[in-house]
Amino acid sequence: MWIIYKKEIRSFLSSLIAYIVMGVFLIVTGLFTWIFKETSVPDSGYATLDPLFSIAPMVFIFLISAITMRSFSEEKKMGTIETLTTRPVSDWDIILSKYFAGLTLVIFSILPTLLYYYSINSLAANPQDTGIDSGATLGSYIGLVLLGSIYVAIGTLSSSITENQIVSFLLSMFLCFFFFLAFDFLSDVPLFKNADISTEWLGINFHYRSISKGVIDSRDIMYFISMTLLFLGLTKLIFSSRKW
Amino acid sequence: MSIRVQNLTKIYGQQKAVDDISFEIPQGSIVGFLGPNGAGKSTTMKILTGFIPPSSGNAYIEGMDVETESLKTRRITGYLPEHNPLYLDMYVKEYLVFMAEMNQVKHAFKRADDIIELTGLTLEKKKKIGALSKGYRQRVGIAQALIHDPKILILDEPTSGFDPNQLGVIRSLIKEIGKEKTVLLSTHIMQEVEAICERIIIIDKGKIVADADTASLHELNSAGVNIFVEFSDIIDLQFLHTFDFIIHVRNGHKPHSYIIETSDSQRCKIELNKVAASRQIYILEQREEKENLENIFQKLTQ
Repeated sequence: MWIIYKKEIRSFLSSLIAYIVMGVFLIVTGLFTWIFKETSVPDSGYATLDPLFSIAPMVFIFLISAITMRSFSEEKKMGTIETLTTRPVSDWDIILSKYFAGLTLVIFSILPTLLYYYSINSLAANPQDTGIDSGATLGSYIGLVLLGSIYVAIGTLSSSITENQIVSFLLSMFLCFFFFLAFDFLSDVPLFKNADISTEWLGINFHYRSISKGVIDSRDIMYFISMTLLFLGLTKLIFSSRKW
Repeated sequence: MSIRVQNLTKIYGQQKAVDDISFEIPQGSIVGFLGPNGAGKSTTMKILTGFIPPSSGNAYIEGMDVETESLKTRRITGYLPEHNPLYLDMYVKEYLVFMAEMNQVKHAFKRADDIIELTGLTLEKKKKIGALSKGYRQRVGIAQALIHDPKILILDEPTSGFDPNQLGVIRSLIKEIGKEKTVLLSTHIMQEVEAICERIIIIDKGKIVADADTASLHELNSAGVNIFVEFSDIIDLQFLHTFDFIIHVRNGHKPHSYIIETSDSQRCKIELNKVAASRQIYILEQREEKENLENIFQKLTQ
């Protein structure tokens, strides 16, 4: 598994995808956190990283779809899937390597934003007691990584469905968006009015907000993990369907 | 038996790509898998390498079922798929090290260097695969199939894209490998089969139509001998049809030349000399022609 993982990471690095994803992520979140008047921390006057954590899931919809769109589509299109699957590795090895490689890239693009945390904390009048809420921030970071994990699983699934990278990209964006926000909107529809909380509960946003408060609830963690496993399971199903 | 295929059938939708074929290949032989496009060569190879499962029937590699013991059979099989898929953005050496590691080869770097040497890629090893010409890519494909020193080698059209010089090198490489290993290669180039394979399996529309040693296939399928004869002047050979040992007379590619298919070459030659003498013209050239594999192939797969 380690071998394919290494290969995936190298292909991110050599194809510039890694640099573009990290660059775009940092530029966009940086603009929202520090520059744009409506959202920026210096203008709001509150020592919080909320602008980062509210914009990041939307940026990730694009970026993670772009990271994962190649993973299986390219192998299928080039035919290299045949050399890969006829070597002594299991299907799960291949899927998990690709999944973890994507997740690694996501984590590495999040890491530099720790600098934001440090900067905001240093800007506070009295960093010891009026500084940033470390608990909530930590929760948000965990939430963001877990959200990234579901997105990468969704992207991997989309990519396993088609050999066309554009289709894979669009499908992945749609599914990420759907699972992130659609259930919030659906809960407002009169039809679901009586079950608005349980409808919202199905969406990623509900759990993401909940974990961002700094309360790490095992139910939220379970949600993120099971959604990731669900999408990876579906990927395995589709990937193995070549044998039907 | 190194490779054993038993009543193998593969159905895609309505179409039978492979239709109940069986064959066995002993260790250390090079077998050519021949057939027109869409005959089922690649499908059979894909089943043998575990890429797709058969619809029914079984395939065994070294006695192990390719479906139930897939990981084990894949470990001892080297495979060059059709169209030679490669990661174009990887460097030659990088790719071969990757494939070596995938096959759990110890000392992957050293092995990659050895195989680069063996397949004549030394000058290209620092290039990206995407920058290589077709022939060199094909070498990378073959190198990849050989990297873990597999017992069984399955090559789907290994020599497509080579120029005549490279062709010779690769053929002798395959021949060399075939001394110890079992090689199953597919091709539709007839000379190739004659040059490297000890045995030929011809497959058409999913069925095996011939399975014989390369040498005996000639005799197997030609009813008679072809005699090429060239006269110095025009001559009417229609009278030859009165002899029962003459099967067919047709015009050759030169003026006043004929190709005569006969079951008795000696008597035929005597008759030809007699007729030339009686008409006072000369025989400029006369030779027996072996029916080439190309013709046999066409006959069998029409």
